[in-house]
Amino acid sequence: MTPAATARAARAAAPAVPLVELVEVTKRFPGVVANDRVDLALRPGEVHVLLGENGAGKSTLIGILSGLQEPDEGEIRVDGRPQRITSPRHALALGIGTVFQHVMLVPTLTVAENLILGAPWWRRPDKAGLAAKVAAITDSFGLAVDLEAVTGELSLGEQQQVEIVRALLRDSRVLILDEATSMLTPKGIDELGALMRRLVARGLAVIFITHKLGEAFRFGDRISVLRLGRKVGEIPPERLNALDEAAATEEIVRLMFGAGAGDPDAEPHVARTLAPAAPLLSVRNLTVSGGAGIVGVEDVSFDIAPGEILGIAGIDGNGQKQLAEAIAGQRVASAGSVLVDGKPVDHFDVGARTRAGLRYLTDDRLSEGTVGTFPISLNLLLKRIGAAPYWSGGLERPGEIATHAEELVKRYDVRTPSIETPIGKLSGGNIQKVLLARELADGARVVVFNKPTYGLDVQNIRASRRRIRDIAGQGIAVLLISTELDELIELSDRIAVMARGRLAGIVGNDEGARLRVGELMIGAVS
Amino acid sequence: MQGLLTDAFLTSLVFGAISAGIPLLLAGLGEQLSEKAGVLNIGIEGMMLAGAYVGFVAAFYSSSLWLGFAGGAAGGAAVALVMALLCVRHGLNQIVVGIALTLGVEGLTALLHHFQFGRTYPRLDAATSLPIPVLSELPILGPALFDRHPIVYGAIAMVAVMAFVYRRTNLGLDLQAAGDQPAALDVAGVDVVTTRTAAVIATGVMAGVGGAFMANIGAGLFIPFMTGGAGFIGIVLAMLARGRPLWVLAGALIFGACLSMTTALQVAGVNIPTDVIQMLPFAAVMAVLVIFGRRASLPAALGLPYVRGAR
Amino acid sequence: MSVETADTAPRGADGGRRGERSAALTRILLLSVAPILAALVIAGGILLALGVDPLAYYGFVLERGLFNGLGLQQTLTRMAPLLLLAASLIVAFRAGIWNLGIDGQFLLAAVAAGALAPALIGSLPGWLTLVLCFVAAAAVGALWSVVPALLRAYQGVNEIITTLMMTFLGVSFANVLVKLLFLDPGTTVPQTRTLPVADRLPRLLDTTVSSGLLIGLVAVIAVHLMMTKTAFGLKLRVVGANPRAAVHAGLPVAKLTVAVFAISAALAGLAGAVEILGVHGNVRADWNPAYGLAVVPLVFLARLNGFAAIAYVFAFSVLSIGGESAARRLGVPHFFTLVLMAIILILLAVVEYVDHKRRAAGKA
Repeated sequence: MTPAATARAARAAAPAVPLVELVEVTKRFPGVVANDRVDLALRPGEVHVLLGENGAGKSTLIGILSGLQEPDEGEIRVDGRPQRITSPRHALALGIGTVFQHVMLVPTLTVAENLILGAPWWRRPDKAGLAAKVAAITDSFGLAVDLEAVTGELSLGEQQQVEIVRALLRDSRVLILDEATSMLTPKGIDELGALMRRLVARGLAVIFITHKLGEAFRFGDRISVLRLGRKVGEIPPERLNALDEAAATEEIVRLMFGAGAGDPDAEPHVARTLAPAAPLLSVRNLTVSGGAGIVGVEDVSFDIAPGEILGIAGIDGNGQKQLAEAIAGQRVASAGSVLVDGKPVDHFDVGARTRAGLRYLTDDRLSEGTVGTFPISLNLLLKRIGAAPYWSGGLERPGEIATHAEELVKRYDVRTPSIETPIGKLSGGNIQKVLLARELADGARVVVFNKPTYGLDVQNIRASRRRIRDIAGQGIAVLLISTELDELIELSDRIAVMARGRLAGIVGNDEGARLRVGELMIGAVS
Repeated sequence: MQGLLTDAFLTSLVFGAISAGIPLLLAGLGEQLSEKAGVLNIGIEGMMLAGAYVGFVAAFYSSSLWLGFAGGAAGGAAVALVMALLCVRHGLNQIVVGIALTLGVEGLTALLHHFQFGRTYPRLDAATSLPIPVLSELPILGPALFDRHPIVYGAIAMVAVMAFVYRRTNLGLDLQAAGDQPAALDVAGVDVVTTRTAAVIATGVMAGVGGAFMANIGAGLFIPFMTGGAGFIGIVLAMLARGRPLWVLAGALIFGACLSMTTALQVAGVNIPTDVIQMLPFAAVMAVLVIFGRRASLPAALGLPYVRGAR
Repeated sequence: MSVETADTAPRGADGGRRGERSAALTRILLLSVAPILAALVIAGGILLALGVDPLAYYGFVLERGLFNGLGLQQTLTRMAPLLLLAASLIVAFRAGIWNLGIDGQFLLAAVAAGALAPALIGSLPGWLTLVLCFVAAAAVGALWSVVPALLRAYQGVNEIITTLMMTFLGVSFANVLVKLLFLDPGTTVPQTRTLPVADRLPRLLDTTVSSGLLIGLVAVIAVHLMMTKTAFGLKLRVVGANPRAAVHAGLPVAKLTVAVFAISAALAGLAGAVEILGVHGNVRADWNPAYGLAVVPLVFLARLNGFAAIAYVFAFSVLSIGGESAARRLGVPHFFTLVLMAIILILLAVVEYVDHKRRAAGKA
């Protein structure tokens, strides 16, 4: 039995009174209902897992609990009494501590200073007192923090520990962990799971937000599932206890994606046989120097044949983005070579590589891929400004630009009021469609995808994956960088594992691929 | 003869450097405080001028330099309050509002001065100094440095005060967080808007006292537009000093020395146009920037309004 | 700190029904006219407090700056350098570059034109002298922005600080040049040699309006069209709105940045030349009209739109010419114009903010 299961068994008989309870909470944003009459109870001694896809309303719920947002309707009860949570300070005072998905520490301050932050401003920092209190916490929970380290120089996992210590320092009774495992190694995830067990053993209530089913089952006592802003189901401890992992997974999947949907994301991988051909993209000993806190790329080599999809697996932040940018020409390689169709493109700038058929779909759709205030029509031509027939002698030809946009919007099924709509107003899925349309149009031969389905809803994930498969079918070489192993297994012909800037190995995508990729990932990072 | 000239020259140079440098010091320290908290305070020129005008009027009618400085602080703070309301509370563009405030104060003070004094420029009595025993007897430095109005000592002491606040108090941490990662400050339970508002108003107070110093001690009278870019020099000093108050002091004295060099040179009998000397500090700054360019860093959230929960 | 405001303006794309259009038009009028009226009332209160009849003052300003033939001609002449400066700032701000150094660029270019014109006029035909002076002024203006441009483009140094430094440096340097290098030996006033009235920029028809007005109008409109209708302008706007997207799209950001500085500073330089060749004929020592700081808010009021900038520059010129007359006749110093400008600017910013909030609330 897992530790969680043991604890569940022990407590199933005596459910505790909730420390914090959300009753019929509704929160609206312009154009969306982020939370629709959500009920949620956080009980002491319980890890309450909140599961849901991106956009299901998890972040908003966390915002409400941590005082960043106030609900439009509904009630929050603390210790059974109705209570507004008006600010982060107020949430802390009520004993609700939050570890945010995006680390909320000041990078330029030391760990100690970050932990002190929020103390009365007229006092001098009490570093000795802090050290004693931190030692007490780290000892009893098996954490490790270096108080004198500059926060910005720590790894994300280390920063997360600092945030947990901070929450415990404030005597939090409720600890919110928002997507806490997304930045961690498998080993780090296990450690975090063990820590959560120790915390609830002391009578804290932990709320653990994730979109990974396995973690939910391993660490959770109670699982609530959010979908499109609504809470669609809750599996209480006694029930969760009665299920084995497969059965629990099936039930959760049913809740998350609707009755009988199965696992919606992953379609079975269809092995393909590619006709032998000279590689369309070759990367030879590519090396990119990193920077402060940024992993570089070290001596990476691979080939991709026409029509082949090479997946790159690995935990985020292991040099994948640097690799993609170096191939695209956005980042200078310090050594090595990139060849398209056998011809080196190393001295080409981004524009020349684009014209040579090399395309890069960034994962950062809004802050890098598009100009949010510009209309869709211009964003579709962002990489071809000045090119005929849309410009003639440097002058804009609005008719041509509009025709081009209308056609792509239709072909790629972009849902928008108009081609003149600023792209920043579209949903993530529709922005991704615009990017796909832009990169795949007009002579793409090699396409680098960086996390192409990150943050999308199910329909758009499916559509994007289908599109990737289609273009490979047309003979385009695809480099698919993803942190979702299921996605790589579904689409790739071969899968490379990237860790700390190096390729740990490349495996063919056959029967045992999942296991071997997993081994490479663990072996490479531990 | 030669020795006498040199002594007089040096005394006059140091004296002038301090007189011209104190307003720059206060402006620089003030701007540094705002920037630390993440507000690019372009309105500081207006705050200084408001301080100069209100400070002069207060001193003129009360015959008290101290009331003059209180008035200067109030004048600067009043402009800062408008800046804080518009830019910090409501997130309006900091550069546009800063320039608008500067223009408005320039116009308003000139207008009010005109209607009060017409074309006359009444003078205040010379400031009484507070000689520091022993030190004021020193050659050259004594009369220039240790035989001054107490506000001079106070302004220099502010360097240590600000350094202490930044390095040794929780307030210092709050300010740095407000400038570098405001969201982190917010979730730590400290209100970002309040922190920044306080920083901007404190900036106004310092700039206002600096302006009052220019009018009441430096010149002894108020002239419209008299700050003549001192606030902008303060911005430059703050940007170059990158959070270190001692560097602001060093920069202010260098700028002050250059600005007062002409007077000193005239004492020494050398005649160089003012303008050549006045170019020196700016040319020096540009040279420093060319050499150390990349390292002139600024707080990450400088100039960006903070909206809770915005992503 | 984005200055890219123009592209978020409604393009009338969705719907476009007549009712919506007129509602939008009413809104825009309300947003731009109401704050100006309110500012006039507030500033009138200040006048009242100072013992001046605001209606008489405003009436006099309009009479002298707008309705009186000679005053109108002065107003139009005043517009010339301001329009060129507005063009300079529109290029820079739309590309996300804070060129706050236009006063230095303006003044040094003015000195260049002032020194060159009297020297050339004897040996070259008048038109060629003027053309060469314009070229020289544009080059000097651009040259004065080279260091900030390179520092920003290749070292990432904040251009607000460097352009401000260069402006202080430039103002002093201009004085040095006038006093030491280009001093007119023929007068006791420290100034450059004077270009005879006959050799200055031709006047328009039989008015006293300098043809610099045409240069200014052409510059603003050309800049507006360049930024909105050409590939080059679009590239600059991409760099201004999202520099990371510009890198991603393969735009040569550093080179474009340098180009923006060069164009912007050259236009500021032309403004200096227009003022000297069209109006003054020489540069006096310690002359610094400091137009730059006044034009920055005007350009923002116009939301970086060239045509709106023309309107605002016109209104400002009326106010300043009328205000200068009023200073002589009514005893209200022309500083009052600055106060009025500041109030208008702040009220417009506030109204826009309130409108934005209200519309965001309405959508939710």
